[in-house]
Amino acid sequence: MIALQARRSHRVERIALLGLRIAAAIVILAMASLLLYLAFEGTKTFFVDRFSLFAFLFSPTFAVDSNHPGAAVFIVGTLAVTVFAIAIGGPFGIAVGIFLAEIAPTRMTHVLKPAIEVMVGIPSVVYGWLGLTLLVPLIRTHTTSPSGFGLAAAGIVLSIMILPTVITLSEDAFRSLPTSLKEGSLALGATRWQTITRVLLPSAASGLAVALILGIARAVGETLAIQMVIGNATQFPAGIFAPTASLTTEIVTDMPGATQGTLLEHALFSMAFLLLLIAMVLIVLVRLALRRRS
Amino acid sequence: MQRKSAPAALLLGLLLAGAALAACSAPTQSGGAEAPARANGDITIAGSTALLPLVKDASAAYQDRHKAVKISVSGGGSATGIAQVAGHAIDIGDSDIAAPEHSDLHDNRVAVVGFAIATNPSAGVKNLTKQQLQDVFAGKVANWKQIGGADQKIVIVNRPRSSGTRAVFAKTVMGNVPIAESGLVQDATGTVVSVVKQTPGAVTYVALSGVTGGVTVLSVDGVAPSAANIVSGKYPIWSYEHMFTVGEPKGNIADFIDFVQHQTGLVKKNKFIPIGDMKVSEKDR
Repeated sequence: MIALQARRSHRVERIALLGLRIAAAIVILAMASLLLYLAFEGTKTFFVDRFSLFAFLFSPTFAVDSNHPGAAVFIVGTLAVTVFAIAIGGPFGIAVGIFLAEIAPTRMTHVLKPAIEVMVGIPSVVYGWLGLTLLVPLIRTHTTSPSGFGLAAAGIVLSIMILPTVITLSEDAFRSLPTSLKEGSLALGATRWQTITRVLLPSAASGLAVALILGIARAVGETLAIQMVIGNATQFPAGIFAPTASLTTEIVTDMPGATQGTLLEHALFSMAFLLLLIAMVLIVLVRLALRRRS
Repeated sequence: MQRKSAPAALLLGLLLAGAALAACSAPTQSGGAEAPARANGDITIAGSTALLPLVKDASAAYQDRHKAVKISVSGGGSATGIAQVAGHAIDIGDSDIAAPEHSDLHDNRVAVVGFAIATNPSAGVKNLTKQQLQDVFAGKVANWKQIGGADQKIVIVNRPRSSGTRAVFAKTVMGNVPIAESGLVQDATGTVVSVVKQTPGAVTYVALSGVTGGVTVLSVDGVAPSAANIVSGKYPIWSYEHMFTVGEPKGNIADFIDFVQHQTGLVKKNKFIPIGDMKVSEKDR
């Protein structure tokens, strides 16, 4: 009887193990085929259409009709909105993270945390819609920008969208510090401010780096909300209020007209592949930062 | 023993089902050209947002008369319409432009559409010459006062590269002069008009069917974009509206296209022009 039981559980275990292995294999297979497909389609611009990689990365002229899909404008646009978003959302998010982990009374945390979680759940089209109806007219009436569409509108919308990521991860970074650090500092007579700026902030640096990098990853990948307010003009931003375009917004703007097998489709795939490479670099950076912490 | 193995089998079954699902969502050929399973008699239409109001009205009227037929209509732009019908994803692809590169597509012309140059009223101009229009959209003039308007910065509002409206405007007005890339780009006829309405100094090209109140419609070389002026060939910015099908249309699809072509009341109500009224052809523009 006992032998039977043992054999039976052994069999269940083997089947379950097989099932889990299959699930893992499918995930790996899906990721690998996604990567291969994007790499295959994304390099056609260079191998099929014979357009130079250098010109793709550095030429500001995106003229598919004359066989010249230079993507520099979109690369700069992606960099610009990301820097804009992280410059506002980064410090602000870390500040809220400190507040939640070190200062806020427990009752307040109970209110703030769910509020931040709701921010994650709001679809990006809603952020874009609010940007279009509130922010764009505001910028139009209060600045020299004639239309209100542009880098600033996109950057502000993005900075709000990356806040939950930055706040949650930086709060975690502070909470994971040993309490002895804080207690030791306070026992030595340091004020709360001194404790936070001189002891906690440096100790949490690698965790905060992770928070910022994942915020950047979110900013680089965001599409719809940005497309609604950035203006989608194929030009370098001449100022913070000037309309421009990013890699993601260009893909979504011109995707409907990209017939299969045309240079436009290949160029958009190259941009998608570039976005994937950027994401991979950011993940490697996160891994490095985490390794430094442990 | 038999009884006990049932949960394990269930687990395995679930995992296999999951595997099948995952396999389906793995990347396949792009383009989404897979034809969805459709009930017999249903018609799917997509493409030009300029033609959209007419097709919507016509499909509502058609479905009133033929209760068994379901017609789904969506926008996406002329290039989308052509690409999707060429990929057999839809039955009819609406377009403001011809599709000479797709020899397998059958061109069903349903109406003529005029395009207006529309500005925000603050621009302070009522008429522009073709040369002035070229200068505006090429980015050569930055302020309306340079061409006789108010002291107001010019904001160009473009349609994306996939837009038929943009293609017609480029062909009939710009010629070989490229459209300035400094302009904003908005996806559809409706959004273009609402942005022009809100933005001081804004200007765009838009199908007459999409023009609403709150914008100023300009004359070109002194000719207003009225039906009479388009019919007689005096106003140059117009094109045929096409409903492309793969090969000659058959059955319900042929019947619906025929219906659209003969609904002169609906055509006129949506500010299109019946093809039969035209006294000039596309070559005369």
